Amino acid sequence: MNSFLQIGLGHFVALSLLVLAAGVATVLTKRNAIGILIGVELILNAAGINLVAFNALAWPTSAEAGAAVSAAAGALGQPALDGMVFTIFLIVLAAAEAAVALAIFLNFYNNFNSIDVEKANAMRG
Amino acid sequence: MFYLLAALMVASAWAIVFTSNIVRMAVYLLLALSGAAGLYFLLDAELLGAVQLIVYVGGTLILIIFGVMLTSREIGMALKPKPWEGAAGVVLGIVLAGVLLLAQVYSQLPAEISSQGAGAVPGAASGGGATSGGGATVEAFGKVILGRYLLVFEVAGVLLLVVMVGAAYLARRTSWPRSAGGTQP
Repeated sequence: MNSFLQIGLGHFVALSLLVLAAGVATVLTKRNAIGILIGVELILNAAGINLVAFNALAWPTSAEAGAAVSAAAGALGQPALDGMVFTIFLIVLAAAEAAVALAIFLNFYNNFNSIDVEKANAMRG
Repeated sequence: MFYLLAALMVASAWAIVFTSNIVRMAVYLLLALSGAAGLYFLLDAELLGAVQLIVYVGGTLILIIFGVMLTSREIGMALKPKPWEGAAGVVLGIVLAGVLLLAQVYSQLPAEISSQGAGAVPGAASGGGATSGGGATVEAFGKVILGRYLLVFEVAGVLLLVVMVGAAYLARRTSWPRSAGGTQP
């Protein structure tokens, strides 16, 4: 691995897993439905950081390796942007998910007059 | 710079866990998302950073704040978890972080990745490297997204349409009786 001070892939992975753990803890602890949604957004962001970091750093960035790879990629007509493309779609999906979730929460609030997920037990047998 | 952004992200992410005020959670989420956008800029992904700022910070967060305003009778009303649930969740999150950190420290990336990726942050180390400036990246991005990933792009568009219609349908104002507790079977 790299030395500690040189920012490498490991640093980004560590940051992303700390954010992921915070998101999981948020989802587990909040009783406010919107808080749970915020936790899900954190988890998705951690995934996005991972995707972008692996795309930018795990791909060769030194001069000769970069030239060789970009020549190969140029031959295929496909630069190495896959991780970033996936991150774009991840952002789109997160936005869509937030919209639907908030619509559901509005309905829930209209029906139960509360946003507390503990109260959503009308289907309990 | 990385450590600054990383500290901002981790601190605000864990602040979300430990606050129970929904408005503060939204503000901390704003900080965390902005930190992620800064990291994208740091990784030479200018387009992604801009998209993150526009869609996430400008769109999703506004949506969340609208949700907060529409669903809380008084702003700042705190819904506290039951103590043992909160403690269990936090402990579980910390344990997850510790286990993943251990796994990451003791794992070996494939040799070619760790040797080639040792070039660290592109902007700091090699002054750009393979990606030459923002314009080229955006152009390449457009070619990839409308070439190799065209089907995914179209599916995402259809998904957005469905989501728009569905959300508008779900969130419409109805004249249902506002009985607390809903209808019991």
